[in-house]
Amino acid sequence: MINRRVGLVVVAIGAMYAPLFSCPASAQEPGRHELPPPPDGRSKVIGLCDGQTTVVVPGLAPGERMSPGQAREVAEELMRQYQGKTLLAHGGAGHTERETRVWEAELKRTIDEGYKLFHSPELGTNGISCDMCHPDASNTHPETYPKFQTQLKRIALLRDMINWCIENPMEGPRLADDDEKMKALEAYILSTRKGVPLAPGKH
Amino acid sequence: MVKYMLPRERKRQQYLTERERFFAELPKLSRRDFFKTAAKAAAVATAYWKGFPPHSFQLVRVAEARETQPKFTFAYISDTHILDKGLNHRFVKACQKAVEDVNALDPQPDFVLFGGDLAQLGKAEELSIGKQLLDQLKAPVRMMVGEHDWYLDMGEKWQEMFGKPTYSFDHKGVHFVVLNSVIVEDYWTEPKMTPMERMLAMAQLDNPNGRPFMVGEEQRDWLRKDLAQVDKKTPVVIFSHSPLYKYYRPWNFWTEDAEEVHKILAPFEVVTVIHAHTHQVLTHRLRNITFHGVLSTAWPWPYAPRGIPELTVQMVRADPFNQFDGCGWGSVAMRSDGQADKHYVLWDRNPMTVTFDHVRRGKEGMAEFAKPLHGKVDWPSY
Repeated sequence: MINRRVGLVVVAIGAMYAPLFSCPASAQEPGRHELPPPPDGRSKVIGLCDGQTTVVVPGLAPGERMSPGQAREVAEELMRQYQGKTLLAHGGAGHTERETRVWEAELKRTIDEGYKLFHSPELGTNGISCDMCHPDASNTHPETYPKFQTQLKRIALLRDMINWCIENPMEGPRLADDDEKMKALEAYILSTRKGVPLAPGKH
Repeated sequence: MVKYMLPRERKRQQYLTERERFFAELPKLSRRDFFKTAAKAAAVATAYWKGFPPHSFQLVRVAEARETQPKFTFAYISDTHILDKGLNHRFVKACQKAVEDVNALDPQPDFVLFGGDLAQLGKAEELSIGKQLLDQLKAPVRMMVGEHDWYLDMGEKWQEMFGKPTYSFDHKGVHFVVLNSVIVEDYWTEPKMTPMERMLAMAQLDNPNGRPFMVGEEQRDWLRKDLAQVDKKTPVVIFSHSPLYKYYRPWNFWTEDAEEVHKILAPFEVVTVIHAHTHQVLTHRLRNITFHGVLSTAWPWPYAPRGIPELTVQMVRADPFNQFDGCGWGSVAMRSDGQADKHYVLWDRNPMTVTFDHVRRGKEGMAEFAKPLHGKVDWPSY
């Protein structure tokens, strides 16, 4: 939910500063906002990324930009209208039980795959596995990343440390950042820290 | 606030602190003790400038009190977890490093206890590499078994190489007992696990389907009989692989029948348990029994999320970028009062000596011990 809201604001403000986009009816894409025509030549229609909410800004010549103050007002108005409506995601209803079940099963599959990799020497070459030093993923503190990793002398993400462990104590080949195995390892490690507050940069 | 220091600088600082303390205590010594101590101090200073760690000052201080004079020492090496991956493997190198350190001790310890988990997966090749490494030790070796040595073939190969896992011996007035405390209830026969599946299940510390370690009825009976012949005033030292108390069951830092074993030990005035398996500094005391953990040469375990005995002064979290940090070996000085002073040689860190005088004074004594060690130092976290 929170992510969607942040996204809305960013898109709304972004759209106001940029020359306002217009959508040719032929190039309809999923999620693309079809804006109604402005009532007259000196008005602009500004749309929200929900594809429905619009605000008409009068007294604006073509190509003319709004002042930051005016843009903020428009953004607030869009949000006010949006929040006054029924939540449109999921057709205004909550997640169905089936949806929840599917999503949970998919996540569990990834976490379980990560658990398997974490407890197996297959990522390395010397018989060492992650769990030998990190039972129950302890001492991995994923909530502290990104942080300046003093030994690497640069900002590191959790995946950088996973790769460090694979390459050094385990003497294996590093994984690409988008490798399914990397995603699974991150999923398992993070799942063990559910509810722990994020503390990026913490030492 | 004291800033984090390089190991070299830390050693120098420690040397200076200990020298200061040493000279402060000099006036308390008798004339005869003074000459003995001065000779030792000179040797220590020489050793320092040759680049040895300066921790020997602590031994000099122990000499002050007659009842705590060490009668003899033994060293320990433990949890080497040798893998069948050639002689260049990092765990082989770490075990070799400990063997060389112990061989460099002068005087030599009376014997070396091996604390168990010589192998990682109980394979004959792993045990054989481990045996070759330990065979280099100059002092006699006393072997203890760990779950990593046992569960591939239920101890067959290990016993063929090292003999019975349960035995006792007397040494200079102390009765030593070695137990096999890694017995668990059979959970492999019914699901028809292969020997390797059983071994892998036992080797996984955080295995949610694992069973708790125990000494078992058979060994408890043996222990009762063995101790029946021992005078209750004789100091008793028990070696167990698992901690002989209940610390954290999800990682099997645990012995299920610990209380029953404590009952057998209750009539003895002085009992010390030295246990392996946890790869960390641990101090615990229950009535007449003092418990000490030992270090692994292979890797340090993190402290468990709960259950840490309150006397424990934790070792500083290891830097993962340094293979040897948080690992090491150690020694135990048996004193004339039958108690033990426990020495941890943490590679690349200050050594830690948990004397019985610290332990006897409980949390207060251990806090005093922790102060100069950890103090207000701004330790790095990794």
